[in-house]
Amino acid sequence: MDMSFSPEELAFRDEVRTWLAEEIPPSIRDKAEVDAYFDMKEVMEWHKLLYRKGWVAPHWPAEHGGPGLDAARRFILTEELELAGTPHLSPFGLVMVGPLLMQFGTEAQKKRFLPKILSGDEVWCQGYSEPNAGSDLASLKLAAVDDGKGNFVLDGQKTWTTYAQYADWIFCLVRTDATAKKQAGISFLLVDLKTPGVTVKPFLTTGGTPAFCETFFEGAVVPQENLVGPLHGGWTIAKALLGHERTLIAAVGLSARAIKRVKRIARAQKQDGRPLLEDPAFRTKIARLEIKLRALQMANYRALAGAALGHAPGPESSILKIRGSEILQQSFELAMEIMGHNSLAWFNEPGVVPPLEQWVASTFNYNRATTIYGGSNEIQKNIIAKLILGLPS
Amino acid sequence: MHFELSGDQKMLVETAASFVKKQSPVNRVRGLRDDDIGWTREMWRQMGELGWLGILFSEEAGGFGGSFLDASLVLEQIGTTLVPEPYIASVILAGSAVARAADPRQQQALLGPMIEGSTSLALAYAETDSRYDPLAIGTRAEPRGSDWKVTGKKVFVLNGHAAETLIVAARSGGASGDREGVSLFAVDAKTPGVTVRPIKTMDGHHAAMVELAGVELGADALLGAEGAAGAVLEQVLDLGAAAACAEGTGIMRTVLAMTTDYLRTREQFGVKIGTFQALQHRAVDMFIETELGKSTAILAALKVEDPDAVERKTAVSAAKVQLAVSGRFVTQQSIQLHGGIGVTDEHDVGLYFKRMHVLNSLFGDEEYHLRRFANLPSFTANLDTPARSTAAR
Repeated sequence: MDMSFSPEELAFRDEVRTWLAEEIPPSIRDKAEVDAYFDMKEVMEWHKLLYRKGWVAPHWPAEHGGPGLDAARRFILTEELELAGTPHLSPFGLVMVGPLLMQFGTEAQKKRFLPKILSGDEVWCQGYSEPNAGSDLASLKLAAVDDGKGNFVLDGQKTWTTYAQYADWIFCLVRTDATAKKQAGISFLLVDLKTPGVTVKPFLTTGGTPAFCETFFEGAVVPQENLVGPLHGGWTIAKALLGHERTLIAAVGLSARAIKRVKRIARAQKQDGRPLLEDPAFRTKIARLEIKLRALQMANYRALAGAALGHAPGPESSILKIRGSEILQQSFELAMEIMGHNSLAWFNEPGVVPPLEQWVASTFNYNRATTIYGGSNEIQKNIIAKLILGLPS
Repeated sequence: MHFELSGDQKMLVETAASFVKKQSPVNRVRGLRDDDIGWTREMWRQMGELGWLGILFSEEAGGFGGSFLDASLVLEQIGTTLVPEPYIASVILAGSAVARAADPRQQQALLGPMIEGSTSLALAYAETDSRYDPLAIGTRAEPRGSDWKVTGKKVFVLNGHAAETLIVAARSGGASGDREGVSLFAVDAKTPGVTVRPIKTMDGHHAAMVELAGVELGADALLGAEGAAGAVLEQVLDLGAAAACAEGTGIMRTVLAMTTDYLRTREQFGVKIGTFQALQHRAVDMFIETELGKSTAILAALKVEDPDAVERKTAVSAAKVQLAVSGRFVTQQSIQLHGGIGVTDEHDVGLYFKRMHVLNSLFGDEEYHLRRFANLPSFTANLDTPARSTAAR
C-alpha cells in the first residue's frame, strides 16, 4: 500500500496541470474562479476541447477511443479536472450510456453511438423517473407497445430528465410487458428526441436554474433496433448503471473546492474587526467539515483503487453517495452562514455581493437535490442494510 | 499509488486474526482485568515469537525493519478481541521512543529483550497538568557531573506497573512547552527513589502513577543527545494516536458485526428486530462510520512516519478526530441497539465501549486534534490557487 505517485505519474500530473493552465478558455476560467453556473454551451465547448486532447473520457478503453490510461493516471486526470473547477461534463453519455453500450450494446449500436458520445456531437439525457415512479423506480409506466412493424410506440411521461432541453438523445426505461412482475416487464430503449410525439418542457429548480425537464411521449414511434439488451431485460441494465452513478455522486473534488471557497469567504468576512477565518469557533467548524471530507476522500481512493484492480465495488463505495452528498450540502450551508447578510441576496447584478459569493445561494438551494437524486440516501441505506449488512426484510 | 496489501502483509493479517481469536478471545481480558498485572508473560513471549514486537525496529536493534502500516495491521486484529498485552505502551510508545532517540548500543540493550518478549517497557510522559501537550513537562533532570538526578511525577503511565524499564521524559533545559530541552532517560523501575503506584484503567488494562524523588541515574541512562528529544516525543505520541486509530478500527468492525448479528436474531413484536427500518438505517450509519474511521486510520498509518511534520500532523489529527466521531457513534449505538443487555457487565459490548473511550482519550482527544488540525499551516495554505488534494502528493 502506497499513496505516493511515481516520478512518471508526477510528470503526467504536471502535463495535465500545464495543459489546464494554458488551455482553459478565459470565459470558462473566470467562471471557474468563482464557481459560477456553466450553461450547456460552455459545458460542450469544454467537452470538445478535452475531446481534441484525447482526455474527455479517462475511463474509456482505447478500443472505443479512450486514452488508454492506467488507473493512477486516470485518477490523476479526473482529480485535476475536478480541482480546476472546469465545467462538469454531462455524465449521461460519457459515464452512463456509453459504458453501458460497451457492455450490453450490439456492434451496430456501438458503432452508431459511441463515437458521437465521445466527440460531443450528440448529447444524451436520462429517462428513468416518472411522476409516480421515484424511489420505487420499478413501478414506471411509460408504455412501449410493439406495432408489429418493427417499432415500439411510446406513450407516457418521464421527469427529472436533466438537461433534456439541450440533449439529442434520451435513454429510457420503458414498460414492454404490462402483465409481468414489475421488474420483469421493463426494457432499455434509446430514443431520438427529435422523434415526432416527444416534447421536452424545462422547469426551474429552487436554485433558480433550469437543470431539469419533463419529457412527454405521445404516440412516438421508435425503431426496435434501439433496444439495448434483451426485451424485458432492462432492469438488470438499469442496476448496472446505478453503480456508475453512485461513485460519480461522491463529488469529492466539488466538495474540496467548496470548502476552500468557505475558507476564502471566511477570510474576507469580518466580525469584531477580524476575519472570521481567525475566529476559533468558525475555524474548528470548518476543520470539522474538512476532516469529514478527508475521510470520504480516502474512502473514495480505496474504492477507486479497488475498481482499478477489477474488483466489484466494495462496501466502501456504497457510502460515497450518502456521505458525498451530505458533505456537499454542509459545505454550502457553512458558506451561507459565513456570508451573513450577503446570503440573503438572490440573482442580482454584479457588485451587490462579492463575486466569490455570487453563486453560493443558488447552489445552496440546488444542492438539496444531491441527497435525493441517484437514489435517495434513504433508498441507499435500504440497499446497504440488505445487501451488505444482511439484515432481514 | 496502490492500495493493495503485499503478500506478506496479507499473511500477517491472516495469522494475527486467527491468533487473537484462538489465543486471546475477548473473555481473556474479562478474566485478567482483576489480576495484578492484567496480561501474561507467556502471551507476550508468543507475540515476540510471531515477530510482532519487532516489526517497527531496525535489524541492528534486533527488529525486522517493517513499516508502521505493518504494525497497524496487527493492532487492528488486537482491537477485534481486545488483547490486553501492552502493544501500544511497550512497542509503539516506549519502543519507538528508544528507536528514535537512543544510540545503537542503547537500542540493542533495551529493544533486544523486549522484541523477544522477555521484557516490556513503558513511556512516562504525561503529568498532572500537561493534559495533551507532549512538551508540557515539569519533571526536571539536573546534571550531576556526567550523571543525572531526576525529580517529578508522571501520571497514567501505560504498562508502568509491569515494565522493567521506564522511559522517562524530563526537562534538562528550557521551559514547559519548549521543544528544546526535553531529554529521555531509561530508568530501571527498581531504582531507589522510584515509586510505582499501580492503578487500573476503565478498559481492564493497568497503568501506574510514577514518582521520581531525586532519582540518581548514570550517564548512560540518557538516551541520545541531551535536550533533543522534544521532536521525538511529538512523533511518538503521533504514532500512539495512529495506533489508537488502527486498534479502534478493529473495535468498530467487531461491534458492528455483533450488532448486526443481534438484529438478525433478536425477536420482538413477533419479528426479527432487524426488519425495522429505523434500526436498519442506524446500523447502516454505524457501517458508514466504521468505513470512514478505517479510511482515515489507513491515511494516518501511511503518513505517520512522514518526515514532513505538517503532513504527518494533518493526517494524524484528521484520523484521531474521525476515530472519536466514528468510534463514539459506533460503540454507543451498538449498546443502544442491543438494548438493556448492552449495559450489563456480562455482555462484551461494554468492554469494547470502554476500550474505545480510552483510545479516544489517549494521545490527544477530539478537541485537541480538531484544534491542532485547524491551526496547522496546511489549513490555510494555497487559498488563492486551485484546490489541490493533500491526501496524495
